[in-house]
Amino acid sequence: MIETIELTKRYGKFTALDSLSLKIEKGTVFGFVGQNGAGKSTTFSILATLLAPTSGTAFVNGYNVQNEAKMVRRQIGYMPDFFGVYDQLKASEYLHFYGASYGIPLTEREKLIPQLLDLVNLTHKRDAYVDLLSRGMKQRLCLARSLIHDPEVLILDEPASGLDPRARIEMREILKELKEMGKTILISSHILPELAEMCDRIGIIDQGKLVAEGGVAEIQAQLKGEKVITVILTGRAENAIAFFEDDPLVARLQYLPEQHAIEFTFKGTEQEQVELLRSAINYGLAIRSFAEAQVDLEDIFMEITKGVELS
Amino acid sequence: MKNFVINPVLNKEFKLRFRSYKSFLGLLFYLLALAILIVGFVFIESLTSSQGFFKPEQSRMMFMMLSVLQLILILFITPGLTAGVISSERERQTLNIMLTTAQSSASIILSKLISSISFLMLLIIASLPLYSFVFLYGGISPQQVLTTVVYYSFTILGFGSLGVLFSTLIRKTIVSMVTTYAVTLFLVGGTAFLTLILLQFGQGYYNTSTASTPPTVPYAYFTAMLNPVIVLAGSFEPGIHDEIYRITGIKTPLWVSYTLSYTVIFIGAILFSIKKLRPNMKKGK
Repeated sequence: MIETIELTKRYGKFTALDSLSLKIEKGTVFGFVGQNGAGKSTTFSILATLLAPTSGTAFVNGYNVQNEAKMVRRQIGYMPDFFGVYDQLKASEYLHFYGASYGIPLTEREKLIPQLLDLVNLTHKRDAYVDLLSRGMKQRLCLARSLIHDPEVLILDEPASGLDPRARIEMREILKELKEMGKTILISSHILPELAEMCDRIGIIDQGKLVAEGGVAEIQAQLKGEKVITVILTGRAENAIAFFEDDPLVARLQYLPEQHAIEFTFKGTEQEQVELLRSAINYGLAIRSFAEAQVDLEDIFMEITKGVELS
Repeated sequence: MKNFVINPVLNKEFKLRFRSYKSFLGLLFYLLALAILIVGFVFIESLTSSQGFFKPEQSRMMFMMLSVLQLILILFITPGLTAGVISSERERQTLNIMLTTAQSSASIILSKLISSISFLMLLIIASLPLYSFVFLYGGISPQQVLTTVVYYSFTILGFGSLGVLFSTLIRKTIVSMVTTYAVTLFLVGGTAFLTLILLQFGQGYYNTSTASTPPTVPYAYFTAMLNPVIVLAGSFEPGIHDEIYRITGIKTPLWVSYTLSYTVIFIGAILFSIKKLRPNMKKGK
């Protein structure tokens, strides 16, 4: 559905995007994570046919962004990170304008616009002037605008930025609904845990390079090659510590007295993890919980980008 | 054609322009200024006239004065209305969204030009009843009034296209405005000044030359043909053009050269704006 091949963008000596190769399948919600200036918006602008790449190319739904820009525009619904509105237009007129821009006939627009306003929970603001809407409402209206021509691909650059927690939750719910509708969504955000919850796959971009790509767990494994396991005990801790320390795949073990638990990193495979638990129970350890610690996406992100900076 | 008439950008621009009271206030002040000028002119002429009435010759004079004045007003307003049409969308952060729609660059540029100059056209059409004052006193034919209106429309298109071009090429509206005003000033004031200098130069040669055929100064023709005020004034007072033809040695009517020049400027500016509105995706520079 979306493919970039060695996509590069340079501004003089500065490389904003460095040989980005990416493939996103139809119906995937792909999260693009990166610090400011990492190259997220540059990638999105190229995919939206607003910026020409210096080298490499990209395809949206099979159409080349360079040679078939017109067709690409029909495939995508684009929401930039910063956007303005027209002061004197009402919400429904705003959608009519963009609907007409895609050549949608008036009769069809009149059916479509109430549905879109309903989808983004703005039916009650139909006749309100756009510039008087709150930021969250404007974001939702812009999302409705990007859906007006029923695009297969949505390119959403930081759709939740600047929103209060309630507005973020509303935006997340709408995106979930769109995901259920089968849209392919490319989304960038600084709200990393939210991306983890919403996205099927995540790409981490740093200094114009894609440094990791995959599911959250995949990225963790790909980058760290180890997982953190927390074991909550009911019996004596000394026996458990001695048992786990003996395992060659276990490292950095520490005792957490408040929770009466031990935490360690495990370098083995999933099967080896099963075997470890089985042998611990057979050894007679009283274990109340044996679980992989949930690693926050932000932690992964910080870890990865730190690594890139160091290298 | 249908697509053009119900073009979404045009539709939106009309809605935005006429929803605000500012446009109507602008129209009111424009007509008030014209009315004050006309009444003032008639009043002063009547006072200074020994017979105490307004003659057809004075009426013709008033028409000429009004026409030139209105042309200057148009040349003053056109950059203001057109030099921000694209850059203001860019500054308002609405341009990117518009560019990702299915609308062609040509449709966006032409709609923007038409919507911005349509307000000027409204000013001119609204001022026509005031112009009809001259018919009360004679000295001017309806055909002359009509020709003047057509001339205004053409001039607005030419200068408006320059505003749209700079607005497309320059990111900031203020810089685009300054550039458009500077170019307009050159095409009006600069060419008039150059024409006068060059004509004086030619006149000097003419007076001092002992040769049977005096040398000509063709450059003065090229600066004069770009000047909207000289072309309009010459249509009222053919003597002005005759003098230019005589000194420059070029007999092609100035209005023909003016029409050709500004048609080329218009087509060039519009085509270049269309080309530059969206990035050239094939060339990553």
